[in-house]
Amino acid sequence: MTATDVTIEPGSESTGDEPVLVVEDLQVEFRTREGVAKAVNGVSYTVDAGETLAVLGESGCGKSVTAQAIMGILDTPPGFVTGGSVRFKGTDLLKLPDKERRTYRGESIAMIFQDALSALNPVYSVGRQIAEMFRVHRGMSKKDGMAKAVELMELVRIPAAKQRVNDYPHQFSGGMRQRIMIAMSIALDPEVLIADEPTTALDVTVQAQVMELLADLQRERNMALILITHDLGVVADVADTIAVMYAGRIVEQAPVYDIYHRPAHPYTKGLLQSIPRVDAKGAELYAIKGLPPNLIRVPPGCSFNPRCAYAQDVCRADPPPALERLSGTRAVACHFHEEVLHGSRQ
Amino acid sequence: MSDPTSTGTPDQQEIRQEFMRAGAQNIALPGVTAEESALPVGDVGKPRSLWQDAWEDLRRNPLFIIGTILVLVLVVMAAFPQLFTSVDPRSCSLSNSRQPPSSEAWFGYDLQGCDVYARTIYGARASILVGIFTTAAVMVIGGLIGIVSGFFGGWTDSIASRITDIFLALPLLLGSILLLTAFPSTAETPELVVIGKVVFALAILGWTQLARIMRSSVIQVKNQDYVQAARALGASSNRVITRHVLPNSLAPVIVVAMISLGAYIGAEATLSFLGIGLQPPVISWGIAINDAATYVRTSPHMLFFPALFLSVTVFAFIMLGDAVRDALDPKLR
Repeated sequence: MTATDVTIEPGSESTGDEPVLVVEDLQVEFRTREGVAKAVNGVSYTVDAGETLAVLGESGCGKSVTAQAIMGILDTPPGFVTGGSVRFKGTDLLKLPDKERRTYRGESIAMIFQDALSALNPVYSVGRQIAEMFRVHRGMSKKDGMAKAVELMELVRIPAAKQRVNDYPHQFSGGMRQRIMIAMSIALDPEVLIADEPTTALDVTVQAQVMELLADLQRERNMALILITHDLGVVADVADTIAVMYAGRIVEQAPVYDIYHRPAHPYTKGLLQSIPRVDAKGAELYAIKGLPPNLIRVPPGCSFNPRCAYAQDVCRADPPPALERLSGTRAVACHFHEEVLHGSRQ
Repeated sequence: MSDPTSTGTPDQQEIRQEFMRAGAQNIALPGVTAEESALPVGDVGKPRSLWQDAWEDLRRNPLFIIGTILVLVLVVMAAFPQLFTSVDPRSCSLSNSRQPPSSEAWFGYDLQGCDVYARTIYGARASILVGIFTTAAVMVIGGLIGIVSGFFGGWTDSIASRITDIFLALPLLLGSILLLTAFPSTAETPELVVIGKVVFALAILGWTQLARIMRSSVIQVKNQDYVQAARALGASSNRVITRHVLPNSLAPVIVVAMISLGAYIGAEATLSFLGIGLQPPVISWGIAINDAATYVRTSPHMLFFPALFLSVTVFAFIMLGDAVRDALDPKLR
């Protein structure tokens, strides 16, 4: 380990009583030829050790961009973080110089990606790629690194890990590749793990196995897990809290039980209604009409108003209230959350 | 593996059960391990990387086998010409001037009465050296500029790309003629310096194609998820370039470099033919062709043999390059 490396205490006590990761009022914009797109517009959330936060939303709502901004792997240009803070145990990562920030990646915060085939380098064997983590960050020898790689592959339940350690990514099935990606990301015992749609590219049965593995690893290592997904089924299983994002903002944040039983935002409600159910077989599947707005031209007022069944004049004129606390654990940003909550309209 | 329905808080179990009752999609089915059992384990043979796969392809490709044999023979010829002929190419006797092929001299004699066979064998060295050195230089210059402009993008890319364009605008042969005319070699210049000058002239103008290929290849690779994943797991820029971008963007560059190796040998012959490339006493096919040009009609053997060797060499390298391309990028087939 070099002198510049930050030593991290084992275990996961956070400094003071602040959660391990605090994202506050994060602003990210993409400067494109057509104009400036506010991809993330004042997102705040926190995750503590052992906690799972699910970030839910349609494609293009800013959930992955938020994650990239936290990791500091945003493509700049065109993406720029223009405001807010990302505090890891009290250190604002956004204020750190590049070199120092890099020491947090992999060591403290790690990330796994949607498509594990393209997230693994095709020219190296999987064992070598996992071993790299130890060789780069821990200065281990090639042999020790490979031994650790086998250990990790066993930990993520890859059958016959010893025989397969020298195989290449294309020789594994989708689920196995995702396990290898997970093995790489947990190699250095990070305190925060961001999983960006970890199961989207997998089929349903494999999804369950991978989610279960993630949940087990999180429990064993007391990691904070940020799970980015658009799949409500995946979330129900493992999340403690859900943050629903729309057009770069969090529109509703609540414990998983509340979201599923009594959504308070029309968008959340729409998402839940559009899950196909066997007991409604034959009936038309509900879909939220319209598409998410172009982030360069977000509609005035509430950005969801053109698609919202509850929309009134006030929604077209005034921006929605800031994320408003309903009770201790719930928050919502909607003029009509009371009506949605009680299902009084429609 | 434990039953997934038993995990989570009571709330979560309730939600899950409710969803299961309703038969909602995308909810995990407990206990299904189809993936594990369907996987072939252990008996898949030796693991193969992309390069190993390419090698397996190449081994079976007749084009590659012929090309490799030809190139190997030529390289041995360049390194140890005395294995192929015991005749000294520099011991000439004017009495043999322009003698046609005979049992004594298979390829006949040239104007100075030197053995054409010996001179053709010895000529391989200069040609192959020029070809290999030029290709190496071009790969280093073009590769570096291509990586820098492709990886860093922005204004770095703009400047590097404009410089590439400027050099691309200078025709290879015309430019080399100018350069070599400006810094001419004489009979007293040491052999390696003469070769070095030709290499320099060809490389300084020839790297642009490789820079462009490298740049586009790097841009393609840099946007791959594994590059972002490497950054997300704490790799430095240097590491990302050397470990992830470079090995994955090298294939097209190697292919083009191999094909152009033949072209550089041809260009060297052209320059020598024009009398400004390699100079006597260096022995080269281009010089031999130049000497023979005047006597094509009366003594065609003086032209035929060096020209044949030149063509076969260029052909061998192009064939090799084609085979490597097929192996590395099966889509192009």
